Amino acid sequence: MSLRGRRNLFALGVLGFSVLFLWGLNGLPAFGHYEGVYGITLNRVAVTQRHATNLVAAVTFDYRGFDTLGEEFILFAAVVGVAILLRAQRDEAATPDEEDEETKDESRDAPHTSDAVRVLGLALIGPTVLFGLYIVAHGHLTPGGGFQGGVVLATAALLVYLTGEYVALRRVSPESVTELAESVGAGGYAAIGFIGLLTGQAFLTNVLPLGMTGQLNSSGTILLINLAVGVGVAGGFSLILAEFLEQTLLVREREHG
Amino acid sequence: MDLLHGLVLVFVAIGGTAVVLTRDPLAQSIVVSFYGILLGILFFVFQAPDVALSQIVVGAVALPMMILLALAKAKAEEE
Repeated sequence: MSLRGRRNLFALGVLGFSVLFLWGLNGLPAFGHYEGVYGITLNRVAVTQRHATNLVAAVTFDYRGFDTLGEEFILFAAVVGVAILLRAQRDEAATPDEEDEETKDESRDAPHTSDAVRVLGLALIGPTVLFGLYIVAHGHLTPGGGFQGGVVLATAALLVYLTGEYVALRRVSPESVTELAESVGAGGYAAIGFIGLLTGQAFLTNVLPLGMTGQLNSSGTILLINLAVGVGVAGGFSLILAEFLEQTLLVREREHG
Repeated sequence: MDLLHGLVLVFVAIGGTAVVLTRDPLAQSIVVSFYGILLGILFFVFQAPDVALSQIVVGAVALPMMILLALAKAKAEEE
């Protein structure tokens, strides 16, 4: 298409979008004037009903827990998909003989990590793991939860790669562990749902003792599900990270090795 | 809506435009990471700290990382 044609098409698109967008904006409630009945009701009843001070967690992991179970499995499917795609390519490649680490390092043209990055990365690994665990465990009390904390935990694995090269990453998060974490996390969520069924109530009903509002050990299954999701997401992201890195390094190795 | 909300919205608009105007994919992955942080601040200012956390970990860390790794792989295969 010519430049002129493309510009005309763009102008047409902008015009149509602006009309619909302004029309939509016109129908919105005024800024700060929320009118949703569902939200207002939950704000009134959720803390007393579920003993969770983070209402977002109460909604995602309890009131609409089945929804989130689907999301957890979307992530699971995505991770499995990436792993399968990348692994097929790895098998196609001729496996190079195992060299010792020194020659391997020289054969790659990866730039060497500077001391500044190594020191900063090493210093950050501990706090990152702690912060990730905190975010996972306090999902029902403060903003955060399994998804966010899990990704924070996985960035700790990324820091290990940045400071200690790929070999160190494999050592701290071997595939067997990350795969297990990913499956246990996703399966654990579903398993927690069955606790409800065992007591004769609906799937994912919050049947565990709710505890004192505001304490770490409270809100019943919300805390448990957050932990399961945290383990699953941390494992899943670490697995994707390791698979991608392996691919990049494999290609480099084949060319220079 | 006060000055803070307006400022954050303007910064996000600038950030989004910057991502589009950056043509080199490698530089773009860095710009998109800054844009992710800006979006995170936006969600935080608009009182959605849960979403802000997700946005920071996914938009500012995970997404740029995936782009970088994919670029490294594509580049290595090109050579």
